[in-house]
Amino acid sequence: MGKGRSLFLTVMLWLGMAFLYVPMLLLIIYSFNYSKLVPVWGGWSVRWYKVLFESEEVWNAVALSLKIAVVNATFATLLGALAGLAMVRFGKFRGRTLFGGMLAAPLVMPEVITGLSLLLLFITLSKMIGWPAERGFTTITIAHITFSMAYVSVIVQSRLTGMGETLEEAALDLGAKPFRVLTDITLPRLTPAMVSGWLLAFTLSLDDLVISSFVTGPGANTLPILIYSRIRLGLRPDINALATIIIVTVAIGVAIAAFMLMRQERQRLAEEKMAAGP
Amino acid sequence: MAGVPNLADTPWLDPSSEPFIRLRGVTKKFGDFTAVNNVDLDIYKGELFCLLGGSGCGKSTLLRMLAGFEVPTSGRIMIDGVDMSDVPAYERPTNMMFQSYALFPHMTVEKNIAYGLKQEGVAKSEIADRVDEVLGLVELTDFTKRKPDQLSGGQRQRVALARALVKKPKLLLLDEPLGALDKRLREQTQFELMNIQDQVGITFVVVTHDQDEAMTLSTRIAVMDAGNFQQIGTPTEIYEFPESRFVADFIGNANMLDARVTEAGTDHVTVETALGTIRTEQGIQVQEGQKVYLALRPEKIHLAKAGDPVHEGNMQVTGHVEDIGYMGDMSVYKVLVNGETMIEVTAPNLTRPKQRSLAITWDEEVVLSWHSNSPVLLVR
Amino acid sequence: MSSVAADPMDPAPGPTQAGLGARISRQLQASWKLCVIAVPYAWMLIFFLLPFFIVFKISLAEPLIAAPPFSALFDLTEEGIVTIRIILDNFLFIFEDDLYIRTYLNSVKISTISTILCLLVGYPIAYGIVRSGEMARKLLLMAIILPFWTSFLLRVYAWMGLLADKGTINNLLISIGIIDEPIRMLYTDFAVYLGIVYTYLPFMVLPLYANLEKLDSSLNEAAADLGAKPIGIFFTVTLPLSIPGIVAGSLLVFIPATGEYVIPDLLGGGNVQMIGRVLYNEFHQNKDWPVASAVAIALLFLLVVPMMIYQRYQAKEAEKV
Repeated sequence: MGKGRSLFLTVMLWLGMAFLYVPMLLLIIYSFNYSKLVPVWGGWSVRWYKVLFESEEVWNAVALSLKIAVVNATFATLLGALAGLAMVRFGKFRGRTLFGGMLAAPLVMPEVITGLSLLLLFITLSKMIGWPAERGFTTITIAHITFSMAYVSVIVQSRLTGMGETLEEAALDLGAKPFRVLTDITLPRLTPAMVSGWLLAFTLSLDDLVISSFVTGPGANTLPILIYSRIRLGLRPDINALATIIIVTVAIGVAIAAFMLMRQERQRLAEEKMAAGP
Repeated sequence: MAGVPNLADTPWLDPSSEPFIRLRGVTKKFGDFTAVNNVDLDIYKGELFCLLGGSGCGKSTLLRMLAGFEVPTSGRIMIDGVDMSDVPAYERPTNMMFQSYALFPHMTVEKNIAYGLKQEGVAKSEIADRVDEVLGLVELTDFTKRKPDQLSGGQRQRVALARALVKKPKLLLLDEPLGALDKRLREQTQFELMNIQDQVGITFVVVTHDQDEAMTLSTRIAVMDAGNFQQIGTPTEIYEFPESRFVADFIGNANMLDARVTEAGTDHVTVETALGTIRTEQGIQVQEGQKVYLALRPEKIHLAKAGDPVHEGNMQVTGHVEDIGYMGDMSVYKVLVNGETMIEVTAPNLTRPKQRSLAITWDEEVVLSWHSNSPVLLVR
Repeated sequence: MSSVAADPMDPAPGPTQAGLGARISRQLQASWKLCVIAVPYAWMLIFFLLPFFIVFKISLAEPLIAAPPFSALFDLTEEGIVTIRIILDNFLFIFEDDLYIRTYLNSVKISTISTILCLLVGYPIAYGIVRSGEMARKLLLMAIILPFWTSFLLRVYAWMGLLADKGTINNLLISIGIIDEPIRMLYTDFAVYLGIVYTYLPFMVLPLYANLEKLDSSLNEAAADLGAKPIGIFFTVTLPLSIPGIVAGSLLVFIPATGEYVIPDLLGGGNVQMIGRVLYNEFHQNKDWPVASAVAIALLFLLVVPMMIYQRYQAKEAEKV
């Protein structure tokens, strides 16, 4: 589509951006508020950051959440990539429709349903075979892998479809056996999709409250569970401080990623120009 | 047909020669759609065989079945006497040059070309030698360390060719090999491709939709339509002796007339058409009264101003110039004959248009004439 | 076709031995593929599909004051025959109790209105991004996606601070002098709409953007060339062609919003009943697992149609690539 925004579109765009970012900006500003009452301005201070850093509870929650997020992202990427490969590259197999349905459903399934059903599964299993003996890290991670791998598989599937099969066919034609084709051609080309899949799975896991609070057990508080238990009762300045840290970290991460993408793009363009030369 | 055939160059005319590739009753269906419909085909060693047709005619599917990417729904394919039914793509003695080239973007030119040899377990030193050799053949020795996206279109095309050639396949399959190149480069590359084939002596099967490419390159052409072969023959046979209206129309242009046989002799046939009675010297099996079609190529008609001398013995009719298309090297004239039949005639522009007095112009009365071996009678 | 030789494809004599080795290696290849399918398949069967059957089963059970608080549905009788007791009481209960019906309808109402609001806000944003220059387009897209990477919970929390009786907005309005008394905004339907629009906006904008971006700008030029005014062009060309994007975006907002728990809980408080919240409370507070399961199944039925439409749409999009 061509360029040229009407005034109306420009205004709407700016309003939209303000709508998205003003609340977050205020959240950040009030994190530096001295006052214990969040909306009442009491002067600048980093008092609530200190409170936050001194809280062992917070540190434990952060550690647990990060641990779950890393394990989840790694397994989800692996399983999601396999699932994506199976869906796109293996033609028709028995049960493919069911598989496709199971991979697409978690994306739109209300979290309360996923959470409830997984908890009931864990309880039933633990009664029948004695596993899982207690709920916590393991059960939350399994729950997260289940929905995260669906997201990863969607990314992998769309990348595989977009890539087409010609390069794989070329490798087969040159005598590479299917497994070699996978390792030599498919996986290297899939790497960017798997990296974004990993990051997405990592984020989804860090962000999840509802499913985690269903399948968690006593004492296993992830960061969202901790935040939720505090803000349910009202505004808390230390949560503002925590939010600020999270927002700033994400913004820096995204900025770095964007910068690297742009550099890659520029390099690619330069190379193409070079090719057009001789 | 084309003089006395030399059987070494035209093995398809020698009943004792063994076909190198043999297709029998090959059909490929995708759901309800029949892409290739029960075809038989023999291709001989050293041929440069073209599959020619419009998009969706089944030519690419046929090529992909030879490569092993598609499994025939029924029928058999043999290459050098071996049945290919159970042989997967990676074990076939064929290599393919893809339409998009399918160069591995994460590997250098050298690695791309070496890839196939590595799969065979060829020794490293031999790989290096063979890669060097083939790079010399396609004149890319200076580009070994580049990645595909650092190459121009023509260079990529040659890497793709080198990568397929280096394995010394029994059969090289080329899918629209020149399709992505611009016109000038395409014409130049056509001849390079023929030279390379001459040097390596590998059998080529080329898929193309470009009739000029097919005519220039091939030893033989198979014209395909709707999953069937319309005709298989040398370029001259296909052009001069089309077997159907489809082929006559698809390859070059032809004036197509409904005709009825009035006399079926042994060395000639006379038909009645909108242009009057036309005699042809084509030995074709027809019966008197049979409805046929008569095809007459625009360049085989001689155009003269009314009153100018015409070749003795030629068929001739008079007409009225309705339209002229100037194409530089030649012009296309649309001539209305008998006030109802439009005949297309092409004539080289021997003089500059400025010399108006010599040229034929709009609304002029003209005489069209042709030799009696020029028209072709078609029964389908 | 000239010479068709006499031996029409007798089995080739030579390569049968080579064929055997090849066949074995192909068998290995096939089992390798089976593994690739089997591992994720088994995972999804056990951790995604099986739980639904358990939910379904429990939704038909009787509540018991025990752990776990539901009766067994399958009983092995003496003859070893499995008898299945189906108790539809839980479903009758949720249909008889006014609360559940009202909650149901309220959920649909809230998510429908939120979806429409989201579309009204999101469409101009998506269209504005598409019509921007290349660099601006990249930055704006990133700006839309960025909140998605930050915590959902904290974005909802940000609005608690804004909407509270003594929150930022009320403080501001009072200090300017527009109002004397704080307006009640937190713990109302309005707060829930706002929360849903705010958190789900990227889900609306991104599919719309993807759709609008693909539209051929020459269509607009053609319409202008034929004499259509900009507004006319929008309603006769752009809008009809962006319907797939509208459908995808709307479903991506509607489906999860209907089952939403956090937003009605934090921004709606006790005043806004939505089905996700009822389910959560039925389970965690009332400990009535069978009823919670029945509510879950009922919610699933409600969403099955939009989910299938979305699935269809996704499959169609995948084919287009």
